[in-house]
Amino acid sequence: MASRRPIRWHIVVFLAPAVLVYTAIMIFPLFNTLRLALFTEVDNVRHFVGLENFRTLFGDPRWSESFWNALGNNFWFFFIHMLVQNPIGILLAAILSHPRLRFAALYRSAIFIPTILSFVIVGFAWKLILSPIWGIAPGMLDAVGLKFLYAPWLGKEEYALTTLSLVSVWQFVGIPMMLIYAALLTIPEEILEAAEVEGITGMSAFWKIKLPLILPSIGIISILTFVGNFNAFDLIYAAQGALAGPDFSTDILGTFLYRTFFGFQLQLGDPHMGSAIATAMFAIILVGVCIYLFGIQTRMRRYQF
Amino acid sequence: MRHLTLTGALLAGTALAAPALAVDLTIESWRNDDLTLWQDKIIPAFEAQHPDIKVTFAPSAPAEYNAVLNSKLDAGSAGDLITCRPFDASLALYDAGHLAPLTDLAGMENFSDVAKSAWTTDDGSATFCVPMASVIHGFIYNKDAFAEVGVAVPATEAEFFAVLDAIKADGSYIPMAMGTNDQWEAATMGYNNIGPNYWKGEEGRLALIAGDQKLTDEAWVAPYRQLAKWGDYLGDGYEAQTYPDSQNLFTLGRAAIYPAGSWEITGFNAQADFEMGAFKPPVQNAGDECYISDHTDIAIGLNAASGNAEAAKTFLSWVASEEFASLYANALPGFFSLSSAPVTLEDPLAQEFVSWRGECNSTIRSTYQILSRGTPNLENETWNASAQVIKGAESPEDAGARLQEGLASWYEPQM
Repeated sequence: MASRRPIRWHIVVFLAPAVLVYTAIMIFPLFNTLRLALFTEVDNVRHFVGLENFRTLFGDPRWSESFWNALGNNFWFFFIHMLVQNPIGILLAAILSHPRLRFAALYRSAIFIPTILSFVIVGFAWKLILSPIWGIAPGMLDAVGLKFLYAPWLGKEEYALTTLSLVSVWQFVGIPMMLIYAALLTIPEEILEAAEVEGITGMSAFWKIKLPLILPSIGIISILTFVGNFNAFDLIYAAQGALAGPDFSTDILGTFLYRTFFGFQLQLGDPHMGSAIATAMFAIILVGVCIYLFGIQTRMRRYQF
Repeated sequence: MRHLTLTGALLAGTALAAPALAVDLTIESWRNDDLTLWQDKIIPAFEAQHPDIKVTFAPSAPAEYNAVLNSKLDAGSAGDLITCRPFDASLALYDAGHLAPLTDLAGMENFSDVAKSAWTTDDGSATFCVPMASVIHGFIYNKDAFAEVGVAVPATEAEFFAVLDAIKADGSYIPMAMGTNDQWEAATMGYNNIGPNYWKGEEGRLALIAGDQKLTDEAWVAPYRQLAKWGDYLGDGYEAQTYPDSQNLFTLGRAAIYPAGSWEITGFNAQADFEMGAFKPPVQNAGDECYISDHTDIAIGLNAASGNAEAAKTFLSWVASEEFASLYANALPGFFSLSSAPVTLEDPLAQEFVSWRGECNSTIRSTYQILSRGTPNLENETWNASAQVIKGAESPEDAGARLQEGLASWYEPQM
């Protein structure tokens, strides 16, 4: 009989700090939020009501209208990021990785710096830039004879959300750029040289050789954008306040959650309905990530160099 | 040597003892504009009489105050003294046991029942905050601009729009400084400023609470009809103009009229270098009885969980005193004392505002008592509706119908 292998305590000891901290500040609050969504409060006493809060959220016309409005706005926010931020990020990375580009390090830092700025600074700075009264945007458009294009974008229902999405794109375009740039650098020279021998150079080398090789990175960026956008709150709150004006046209799930959970002005906070919204957000993000993990990532081809 | 040690020990003893005796009180407030006034005038005046109590004024941003305060109270980390919003926000805190009852506090006898109404339970059995001040709505105007354009202070609706047209035609001033970006100005300085003349102040407000009037009635839609005309007289891009933008436009002398609350007076006195005057909301026809919004706005209460309740009560009794009333009203012209003690105001602009109390009937903002208890919240909906109406995105009738539908969805007397 072989002697039983001793329990390897050191594994437990080394894992313990991370597991404990993660449980205390992530897992426990997450499950507690899910639990809180099943309760309500009447006369300062908490009652268990099952799925009643969700029935209100999706069944009551007022709640559901706010929810679908926020969800729709959130999808538009995400759509602009996918359509503008990621292609520009890829383009910038492709330009930056060009061997003959001078001052590449300078451009790289300059484009990346907004990413490390606080949302409050970005929101406030852009609010001032776009301000019809003190902003430089109307003056700059006037200088090139395009004053007629100017509108108080942040105050117009039809433009406000798109404007804020583009501000967010401006802030975060450095992230896809950096990730794609790193992916492009890992493509071995031999492959590109072999392609060159076959007569594939320039643009077609990018489309036929480089792009397929960086597809997994693009997948990762898309999912990061998805999670980031559906958890977004800060920029909207900093620029438009908790009521996400004008007329809730910039209201996304994050601001809707904040208003409900903590209350606003005369409206008192309702942690239980707030938790129900948080749970719905969690479910949406979970579904999105699962679609990506099981539907897309497993089918993605990988190349061994 | 021994002598030295003794002195050292004594010194150390006194050094340690002094702070140990003093009680620290922290005040939660949304009035971050008043930070210097509290630090330089009010708190030193109190501490001079009570050297054993140290008071710290710790304000947060107005729009976040209620949310921040509720979270702090639930977490047990709120200050000893709580600045009270009027009506339901504070009533909910009292019902939840966060505010201590102050009915028997020494000094409470200095306030009338009306003054205390915003911080008293529905049945009138308990008062939980010491009333500090009310604010009055009206319009502040640039006297130089009026003289330049050659217009006089308007008293009626028709005169009001004639003045606006004249300033617009003259072209050197923006007729009126207001934006819809932050939404609340449209409701607070717009709808609730001019509205009382239409719904006849308390009469209409109480009828709405009783369910005898509806928000679709002419008295409640008419103010929206006025607001709908305002959009033409606001500055370029007013849709994205924020509250501080409007304040700056006026104090820099670029706009002629500012729809105001009296709380602006202190800031405007410091910023503007032209002479300012004020006029009350215009009435429909000359000679009509006038109504003003004289809103019970601010009070101060005791955190029930405070460990320094005795010291805090000493402070609250001082707040209820005549000395505080005079100190506060003159340090903050525009916040009019609710105390029965007569206070003379030195600021002419503030004196103009407070003089309307003698000429017109006072009321409070229509949405504050009871009507904002449910979801959708009538006050927040009114912000949205007022901004939409000014922008022309919603007709006055539609706005009234939408608010009525929202109110009727939860408020029994309106169903």
